[in-house]
Amino acid sequence: MRTDTKFIQGIKAGLPIALGYFPIAIAFGALAVQAQLSWIEATLMSVIVFAGASQFVGVSMLLAGAGAAQIITTTLFLNMRHLIMSLTVNDQMRHFPQSWKNLLSFGITDETFALLTLGGTGESQGKEWTPYYVAGLMGTAYLGWVSGTAVGGLGASFIPPEITTAMTVGLYGLFIGLLVPPARKFLSYGVIALVSMILNTTLGLFLDSGWAIVLATVLAAGLGIVLVKEEA
Amino acid sequence: MTVLILIIGMAVVTYIPRLLPALFLDRYKFPTWFQKWLKSIPYAALGALIFPGVLLVEKDQPLLGLAGGLAAFILALLNLHVTLVMAGAITMVIILQLYVF
Repeated sequence: MRTDTKFIQGIKAGLPIALGYFPIAIAFGALAVQAQLSWIEATLMSVIVFAGASQFVGVSMLLAGAGAAQIITTTLFLNMRHLIMSLTVNDQMRHFPQSWKNLLSFGITDETFALLTLGGTGESQGKEWTPYYVAGLMGTAYLGWVSGTAVGGLGASFIPPEITTAMTVGLYGLFIGLLVPPARKFLSYGVIALVSMILNTTLGLFLDSGWAIVLATVLAAGLGIVLVKEEA
Repeated sequence: MTVLILIIGMAVVTYIPRLLPALFLDRYKFPTWFQKWLKSIPYAALGALIFPGVLLVEKDQPLLGLAGGLAAFILALLNLHVTLVMAGAITMVIILQLYVF
């Protein structure tokens, strides 16, 4: 298939993420301004960090009076789950040129990862990945995140908090919408997801949420070694 | 100035875990059990991302997030497109915010 068609397919696939990101990025931009960042600094953070959870935590810590070293350390641990996700994504990008892999690895978030690995029906599955498809998907999500931050930073004083709560549930809708169809088709995947939820809830009692997610993911996926059949 | 250092520092420690697999993965051909593990990661990761996080959408109202999540679950069972599943969850939460909570 032609390059530009793949790129447009990627953009289409990324649209739900961009729509989900936009209002949350607005909330982030507004919060960052509250924490005494200028809207330009808030937008710069979205441009070069591009990690929602880390950015929210970073700015919240700033509000609570934490120092740069503490925030950066927390960010590193919070992002360890992306190491696992990147492992899965890069396993599917083995055939890409190295420079593409370096660039596209920057765009791995919980949501782009979810859509790349579980989204679509065959269209986006492993063997058909091309650099332009992945770039279109990630680029769309990225634009939604960055533009939302700028809007939120500039319009900080106009946004009612109820709206952002309602929008946050949208990203959970995305996760659930992506997880349910394959989990229904292959019961073992549903079992793995369920076990992961239980593990995460239990581990969350003892660990901070970042580590609980990493551990629950690593352990529950281990079940797949026994449960998953070759062809599934 | 401190803010700029903070932002750059956060950018570096966010990119490193994303980049490492891109740099080193090529050298290995994974055994079957490891491939099965990798294949299971998306399901395990989504499970962990969804629960209990969905309960914290509104910190003092876990039922609100739960209701949004259940709406999404039901719509997803009907095989609707993810955009509609998202819209359904959002609508549910807005209605509950307006009339119940």
